[in-house]
Amino acid sequence: MTSPRPGGLGNAHRLPEEYEQLRRTVEEFAHDLVAPKIGEFYENHEFPYEIVREMGRMGLFGLPFPEEYGGMGGDYFALCLVLEELARVDSSVAITLEAGVSLGAMPIFRFGTEEQKREWLPRMCAGEVLGAFGLTEPECGSDAGGTRTTARLDEATDEWVINGSKCFITNSGTDITALVTVTAVTGRKPDGRPEISAIIVPSGTPGFTVAAPYSKVGWNASDTRELSFADVRVPAANLVGEAGRGYAQFLRILDEGRIAIAALATGLAQGCVDQSVSYANTRKAFGKPIGANQAIQFKIADMEMRAHTSRLTWRDAASRLVAGEPFKKEAALAKLYSSEIAVTNAREATQVHGGYGFMNEYPVARFWRDSKILEIGEGTSEVQRMLIARELGVPSN
Amino acid sequence: MSLRIVVCVKYVPDATGDRHFAEDLTTDRDAVDGLLSELDEYAVEQALQISEASDDAEITVVTVGPEEANKDGLRKALSMGADKGVHVVDDALHGSDVMGTSLVLAKAVEHVGYDLVVCGMASTDGTMGVLPALLAERLGVPQVTLLSEVAVADGQVTGRRDGDTATERLAASLPAVVSVTDQSGEARYPSFKGIMAAKKKPVEELQLSDLGIEADLVGLGGAWTAVDSADARPARTAGTIVKDEGEGGKQLAAFLAERKFI
Ligand SMILES: Cc1cc2nc3c(=O)[nH]c(=O)nc-3n(C[C@H](O)[C@H](O)[C@H](O)COP(=O)(O)OP(=O)(O)OC[C@H]3O[C@@H](n4cnc5c(N)ncnc54)[C@H](O)[C@@H]3O)c2cc1C
Repeated sequence: MTSPRPGGLGNAHRLPEEYEQLRRTVEEFAHDLVAPKIGEFYENHEFPYEIVREMGRMGLFGLPFPEEYGGMGGDYFALCLVLEELARVDSSVAITLEAGVSLGAMPIFRFGTEEQKREWLPRMCAGEVLGAFGLTEPECGSDAGGTRTTARLDEATDEWVINGSKCFITNSGTDITALVTVTAVTGRKPDGRPEISAIIVPSGTPGFTVAAPYSKVGWNASDTRELSFADVRVPAANLVGEAGRGYAQFLRILDEGRIAIAALATGLAQGCVDQSVSYANTRKAFGKPIGANQAIQFKIADMEMRAHTSRLTWRDAASRLVAGEPFKKEAALAKLYSSEIAVTNAREATQVHGGYGFMNEYPVARFWRDSKILEIGEGTSEVQRMLIARELGVPSN
Repeated sequence: MSLRIVVCVKYVPDATGDRHFAEDLTTDRDAVDGLLSELDEYAVEQALQISEASDDAEITVVTVGPEEANKDGLRKALSMGADKGVHVVDDALHGSDVMGTSLVLAKAVEHVGYDLVVCGMASTDGTMGVLPALLAERLGVPQVTLLSEVAVADGQVTGRRDGDTATERLAASLPAVVSVTDQSGEARYPSFKGIMAAKKKPVEELQLSDLGIEADLVGLGGAWTAVDSADARPARTAGTIVKDEGEGGKQLAAFLAERKFI
């Protein structure tokens, strides 16, 4: 069944037909399969394996990858479109896909060797296994170049020996997690700055421990863990890309990821509109639907305005990305704008719902709890502003 | 030789939309979006499973319907995995009832060539549910309807029909017509690869003359049934509220008993 979309999709009519069909398919999936089930997973802080399995069957994890690696032959735009539709209904499910594709599989696809691609991508594209990306550490997040985790090449055995820890890593501890790609200092550059590389650590490697899930404010059906590495040995061939290119690589991954987060945030913002329109029509106060009050109408109109604008920002950035044009500034802009308006829309949608909006069984309560992280993950709002200013040529310190 | 499966699907108005009748008392198709009948998705799914279980099978989806039935109906079945489509579209078909539609479908199915025809249990708009039987009669082949499980082996189609009082196991020799219920297994969602591939799959457009059908046998004029009038259902009333002042349970039971629910 198609669900009514009171908010409209903005410039939906400009989508090529097959993208629109993909969007509708996922809209239907989110409405029929995710919406009825996700509340319970969320409440129990459980990873929604059955939903992820179904997403895998639909090929969502393989969307932007070529068919030769088990992908769907789509592109990053298609992925973002799907993320928006999923997040209209639930963000935990959307971030599981986002992290699985853009942080888990993408580094291997973009920078991995042919062998690494053949080994990991087909199962990742099918959603049978998940990859994670470990950049953030207890002592450094925004300042990602400050990585303290180290990897030393043991030439006798031709192995990396990894020591250190990572925190807040999405998809790193599920039953289907196959690997985490970690950034680590592998040496010093001539100017004394650390040389950072990315290395694949398969789940279950001795010395690699995954802590219990965090207790989080939101994204409760998504898996987030702290990881520690004590003399973890992996083959030298697990290096992703060139040694010392790790920093440049993850900057590229993060640039793309911002567009995906922007699409996800747009979905949450749109979900707030969907829920508010329906509630404004049914909830009565003082003998009439609350939507008959201008105060409620204006709130909803403003929410729609923000969601719509936000959609334009991510679509602009994603179009540039797939066209092979520069997109760094547009991606930062989209991420900054959509995450901030997602928080605003979630707050306003909760207000429209009154006391019920504070009850966890209402989707808007979930939206409210899930919105704040969007201003933090994959580059905080401050970091986005720094990036935009830098792209504009404002002096950096 | 390959197993030729034909799935009959219908393009119907979206049931969540605001459906109403046009002036000639046929469904106003322009007023609401259309889609592939949900109940026919089960038929496509079963055809796909039969095809996957066989070494060599080809699935053709056939629809009789307006212009949009191709893009918004057939394409979905093709993106789920069917191999090709046939679309019978003709202005003279407007207003056809199940007699007319079954005639056109029979001719179209013969035109394609078939070993097995798979239908849904009913359409989600007309909900007649008799089309598979009419189709089998017109084709002169066995019919095994309302199956919740279906398989093909050794020139036979077998299946299970779950009734109120008994479960039947049925078989028929091919060629045959079957219909499957909404208990036969959830239909798959099309993948992006499937959606992209569907764009390149052939859809043959046929008119009545291509099938040698006289226009006066179909359409409003050829229909065996006529709609004299249609009025919108009155808005739902508020219902009865039972206030529990000690006798709530009894009142509730009385209410249900009066309506023969208990
Ligand atoms: C649920 C969840 C999932 C996550 N998933 C992953 C994952 O899969 N992989 C991964 O690697 N990481 C992940 N992260 C980590 C996330 O990317 C970081 O939390 C984020 O980048 C911020 O880093 P931090 O927490 O260390 O904050 P800090 O960098 O310590 O920042 C604290 C505050 O200081 C501000 N600040 C810092 N530097 C500056 C500056 N120069 N100028 C102005 N302000 C500044 C920040 O904007 C922020 O407001 C996840 C986090 C969460 C909460």
